[in-house]
Amino acid sequence: MAIIERKDVEHIARLARLALSEEEKELIQRQLETILEYAAILNEVNTDGVEPSAHVVALTNVLRPDVRRPSMPKEKALANAPEARDGYFYVPRILDE
Amino acid sequence: MELHALRAHQLRELLDKGEISSVELTKSLLARIEAVDPAIGAYLSVREKEALQEAEAADRRIREGRDVGPLTGIPVSVKDNISVDGSPTTCASKMLEHYISPYDATVVARLKAQGAPILGKLNLDEFAMGSSTETSALKLTRNPWDLERVPGGSSGGPAAAVAADTAVLALGSDTGGSIRQPAAFCGIVGLKPTYGRVSRYGLVAFASSLDQIGPMTKDVRDAALLLAAIAGHDPLDSTSIPGEVPDFAAELDKGVDGLVIGLPKEFFGEGIAPEVKDAVLAAVRVLEGLGAKVQEVSLPHARYALAAYHMIAPAEASSNLGRFDGVRFGHRAKEAEDVVTLFEKTRQEGFGLEVKRRIMLGTFALSAGYYDQYYLKALKVRTLIRQDFEKAFQQCDVLATPTAPTVAFRIGEKWENPLEMYQSDLLTAPANLAGIPAISIPCGLNGEGLPIGLQLLGPALGEGLLLRVAAAYEGATGGVESRPKPRLEVE
Repeated sequence: MAIIERKDVEHIARLARLALSEEEKELIQRQLETILEYAAILNEVNTDGVEPSAHVVALTNVLRPDVRRPSMPKEKALANAPEARDGYFYVPRILDE
Repeated sequence: MELHALRAHQLRELLDKGEISSVELTKSLLARIEAVDPAIGAYLSVREKEALQEAEAADRRIREGRDVGPLTGIPVSVKDNISVDGSPTTCASKMLEHYISPYDATVVARLKAQGAPILGKLNLDEFAMGSSTETSALKLTRNPWDLERVPGGSSGGPAAAVAADTAVLALGSDTGGSIRQPAAFCGIVGLKPTYGRVSRYGLVAFASSLDQIGPMTKDVRDAALLLAAIAGHDPLDSTSIPGEVPDFAAELDKGVDGLVIGLPKEFFGEGIAPEVKDAVLAAVRVLEGLGAKVQEVSLPHARYALAAYHMIAPAEASSNLGRFDGVRFGHRAKEAEDVVTLFEKTRQEGFGLEVKRRIMLGTFALSAGYYDQYYLKALKVRTLIRQDFEKAFQQCDVLATPTAPTVAFRIGEKWENPLEMYQSDLLTAPANLAGIPAISIPCGLNGEGLPIGLQLLGPALGEGLLLRVAAAYEGATGGVESRPKPRLEVE
């Protein structure tokens, strides 16, 4: 039974922005298949009426006073940028002219 | 005994009496790293200059008797996914190989404020994804007990460093067992606090609803000291728990008389090596001899925890690792003509196979058509696992289990088969899903002389109770002095 086909791997890789090699696509397809077969044991559990737990902390809507405070200096924030120009992060053109 | 081999609470006394200085201690550790670390491979970077400056400042504080805390002058080494201002934080990934943190993690800021020098950054599985530290793209770390074996993971660097006496104290992070399993493999103490007990600000996120920073130390008292130094509410982490932090050290001598220890039968079944099971049950008998009552309990959904974990953690990771796109920090692919190609090539080049596999799995679990079947289902099973623990803690104070199903395995042994590697988290992942604290302490060696770990799990915010039971066991078995140490031929 194929849960994941080659076209699914390519679709997921596109969503995840990963330019996988052909070799990796094949390997990952096989391994995801194995992991998902294993995960199928979750279907044994009756979860009717069970609320999902996205989190375990009993905290909701944590608020703080809206007070101005210093933020990271621009030079520091840009120091790790692969490319920065004129105080901005620099990327290839996104929109056509 | 050499200074680097002592524990923090012993060093505290020597520092306070003026018998040693923090600079001397830091130099002793630096020399030990130079002598031993080439064979172990625990450190990714050493902050030699900075640590010595911080030690000098600590010595001034101690001399002047100004603001001396339990860790003033005692160096701490941290896993390389925890930010230290001005130092590299690589996450053992090509993606961040040249990244310099522009700020301190809250745990680091608290240690620095107390005057603890930050000694260096320790190896891990890439982005903390793995159980052997073999997915590190930058270095291979070996287990000090047997250099052909893995130190466990993902906090393999911290565990190996503490075991090899190249660190007095270390901080790790634990998402599915990443503090406890390497602690067990390397024969040290490792504590994963309650979710929210310790601020995650400045920890590079893997799975945000599971990640916790915690202490990795030579004994239980040191774990209590280090936890006290880093715990407590932080406005910079909205999931951190408000309220006072108890005096953990005060719990250590209370004993276990009258406490009820639960043995969850699901944690002693299939897949657990008999030698591990025997050592853990022998440790439980020691606690029984100290006056604890032992009772079998059941966590019926525990057998689904690993499957739920391997849906939830990759799903969160796939979202968290979206930030690595070659724009603001980290690796950037060359010659990308448009921005989507830039993202795709950067991520393809920067991430290793395990990270890609988990991003792929997580993206799949969250994608249209599969979300309900995999991700939502796992979150519902997570609720049932939490409820199992809540019921168990109505009957007993703590639970005792093995930490890992086996002793440390050989380098390369599980590399080919991710599912087999994932089994390493079988007994540790449930605590992360439930958000409860858990500690691993050494409970003897197997026939080949490899350490075995006893795991104790407690109710939310029950770290004091865990430390108390762990200290009772450690005390009854002769303490650290009577424990064997790894023999390093390089010495």
